[in-house]
Amino acid sequence: MFVPNLPWLELAILIPLLGSIWVRHIHRRDQARQHCLVVTVLAWIAAFLAWCEFSIRESSVGRMGWNFLTIDELSAPLFPMVSLLFVLFVLATVRTKLFQVSYSRRLLSESIVLATFASTNQVQIVVLLLLGILPPCLEYRQRNKPLGTFVFHMAIYGGLLTIACLWLSVSNVESNFRVIPTGLLMAAILVRHGIFPMHCWVTDLVENVTFGTAILFLTPMVSAYAAMRLVFPIAPIWELQWFASLSLLTAVYTAGMALVQTDQRRFFCFLFLSNSSLVWVGLATVTPIGMTGGLAIWFAAILSLSGFGLSLRAIESRMGRLSLKDYHGLYEHMPLLAGFFLLSGLASAGFPGTIGFIAIDLLFDGVNQIYPYVGVAVVIATALNGISVLKVYFRLFTGKRHVASISLGPRWTERVALLALAAMMLIAGLAPQPFLLSRFEAANELLKIRSSNQAATKLLPGPIQSAN
Amino acid sequence: MDSVTFTLGSIVLLAPVGLFTAIALPMLFGLRVSEAWVVRLTKIAIAVGFISLIGLTVTGSNQLALPLNLIIGNWVVLDSAQCHFHFRLEFVFDVLSLTFGILTFILCGVIGIFASNYMHREPGFHRFFLLFAMFLLGMTLAVFAATIESLFLGWELVGLSSALLVAFFHERVAPVENGLRVWSVYRISDAAFLIAAVVLHELRAEGEFANLTGSAGWPNGESGLTMGQASFVGLMLIVAAAGKSALIPFSGWLPRAMEGPTPSGAVFYGALSVHLGAYLLLRISPVLNQAWWLSVSLIVLGLGTATFATISGRVQSDIKSALALASLAQVGLIVAEIGLGFRYLALGHIVGHAFLRTLQLLRAPTLLRDYHGWENAIGTRISNSVQRLEIFLPTKVSTALYRWGLERGYLDHLIDGWIVRPFVGFFRRCDMVEKRWTDFLSGQPSRESDRSQSHGDGIEEL
Repeated sequence: MFVPNLPWLELAILIPLLGSIWVRHIHRRDQARQHCLVVTVLAWIAAFLAWCEFSIRESSVGRMGWNFLTIDELSAPLFPMVSLLFVLFVLATVRTKLFQVSYSRRLLSESIVLATFASTNQVQIVVLLLLGILPPCLEYRQRNKPLGTFVFHMAIYGGLLTIACLWLSVSNVESNFRVIPTGLLMAAILVRHGIFPMHCWVTDLVENVTFGTAILFLTPMVSAYAAMRLVFPIAPIWELQWFASLSLLTAVYTAGMALVQTDQRRFFCFLFLSNSSLVWVGLATVTPIGMTGGLAIWFAAILSLSGFGLSLRAIESRMGRLSLKDYHGLYEHMPLLAGFFLLSGLASAGFPGTIGFIAIDLLFDGVNQIYPYVGVAVVIATALNGISVLKVYFRLFTGKRHVASISLGPRWTERVALLALAAMMLIAGLAPQPFLLSRFEAANELLKIRSSNQAATKLLPGPIQSAN
Repeated sequence: MDSVTFTLGSIVLLAPVGLFTAIALPMLFGLRVSEAWVVRLTKIAIAVGFISLIGLTVTGSNQLALPLNLIIGNWVVLDSAQCHFHFRLEFVFDVLSLTFGILTFILCGVIGIFASNYMHREPGFHRFFLLFAMFLLGMTLAVFAATIESLFLGWELVGLSSALLVAFFHERVAPVENGLRVWSVYRISDAAFLIAAVVLHELRAEGEFANLTGSAGWPNGESGLTMGQASFVGLMLIVAAAGKSALIPFSGWLPRAMEGPTPSGAVFYGALSVHLGAYLLLRISPVLNQAWWLSVSLIVLGLGTATFATISGRVQSDIKSALALASLAQVGLIVAEIGLGFRYLALGHIVGHAFLRTLQLLRAPTLLRDYHGWENAIGTRISNSVQRLEIFLPTKVSTALYRWGLERGYLDHLIDGWIVRPFVGFFRRCDMVEKRWTDFLSGQPSRESDRSQSHGDGIEEL
């Protein structure tokens, strides 16, 4: 495939950044949306070409003298994927929500997230992670929502991140005390990841900002990326295992919590937390198979939960926030949305034929090699998630006949967004080999980096070999 | 495997795939196809699959080549110096799978034709046939699977299609709640199945049944697992089978599943789906031989289920529940036969029972009509004075058994009281604690959802 020789990586980040400034000065909301859509599409094209360039040349680094930007095996597929999410969410925004969305902030968020995925330098990632908090924070203020919970958790997160980063930068590589800043760094990332008991900010965020903002802030899982770049190469195995146990507990706890939620947004939030915790569990196995499972779930969760969130958002834009205590009987009016809701929900719970199935299988296989019997918790979490997805499907789409005088079906823009995500979920689910191979190579690459760091520090125990 | 048998085997598998895709794709794109088209597609796919299956059986028997293994290839392969993982798509055509496969295609064909009239002009006609195609696909994959992972693929498809068909009349709450209950039980059994599959993969480095049950054809294989390994894997698979075949303590979902349309009730819960657990037990029977207590557990489980279903079935007040429990009694006996080592008897029992019960369930709605007609014609109630064993029991015992049977052994109450309610209660309390914590941090009520209306009005009412 021919890819023109242009700085695609920088363009993918700069286009939304400049677009953010441009859109800020447009006062007509529908016009702002149109411009925002064009900007996100251009950014996606650039991100896609950066990925293509990486696939052809096996590397992609900044060209405009920006050597600090680079994508590798881990981040290359995430780059266009995350960019595409922003396109689809802008595309699927209905007119009733035009006045609630800040397109300028959305583009700024996109630029920060993409820049994070294109960073490997420790300080650069930390700065971008901290910058990433700003857009939702501004939205809290704009909507006059109580900031306490979000600020409390983000202050801990930011504080831990900064202290750990400073400590690591001044400490000797061979110092035994490096486990403390590494632990602090990991704790910070776990707060951002929403690991129990520091997960309450996630529910608060989903409750108080616009649904689209919350989904786009959560689903890319920049914290998992930060963990892979900052923590995984240097953390001792016992620290990783300790946090993996906490993640496993979170996966089961949040899956149980999802079952008792009576609000659709909070349900989404707990379903997301359960899936995102599983990512950590896989990554902490430090085996190629377990890590491939974790990385695959990460990818699967981005697709399936964004799709799931998109369908919930479409329902909310028509019906308002619906209580899950009652049945709403919407199937007759929106069968496509119902089908997509079920497909994406079950994909997140690892249903066969979807992207999540083989990811869960790999994860369980990997976890079982390292923590026999404990891995059963992964199965329990996914079983509970499957039950809660169908329960919410029944609550929203069945149980009574809803009478409406106008069409509640999805607009063509929403239809395009839903079908695009459905196609990706199914194609990656039915022919998973290329996608899994890319995750497998990324896992091996990360293990190599860890091994070389381990050799340098002599602090960590020997690499864990796969049982097979 | 020569090219003829390979082609025939592939057609058997591809026919349901094609049917499901042909019905699902237009629905996904919002295109409306006619009822006649859907019915024609269903008939053609099932006929093609069935003829290929018969061809395969005849070819395999003539060449004395059974079991035939059809290897499609590796679905996923991850290989490096340190580790290896693969997920192979491999299918087996032996006495067990061919018998069950032929049964599946015949019954699905009959039900497909029956449903084309029965469901005519139903608002959910296309949805029914989509789920029916998903069920056929799931059954085909599960029955012919040569690896435990492929069987799991089919197992899950059967589960989802069953739950959604129980909730088919989804404008009423009762079918929907029953559908959710069925799904919940299935998910528990699926979890046990997945654990068994992965443990097996770990123990034998592959998920092929040939590794688990030996290379000799069914049912003469010998498991290479140790007693301890066989005990764990076998136990997990028995839990999976108990959930799928509604054995105690999961029996409560079977009568509830009759809320679905008659055709799906007949083919799923009278004939095929309910026997899938027994099929799994037959498939892994060499593992059961490896640990004697697994066989004993099966006998106890099977006889217990048969006793429960017999008592409960005799006091049901509606024909579908009575038939469901009668079906369960037979499934219990089949499981006991498997435990006793009568594998061919169990297979024959499954086939005979599936045909009989399908006929009974399809006949049930018209039978009631006929009864009313006969009673109107003779001007009185038709006498139903069959001598029962109850007359030999003391009145107190008889009454207690009656209540126990009518409440279906209180199994649902027990599961609700001992598992569901404590589980939900615990998480509700956690939710309250979280709410207090976020309220404290926010300095005010933090949950907007508490203020959201419980009945959503459409945007047109705003």
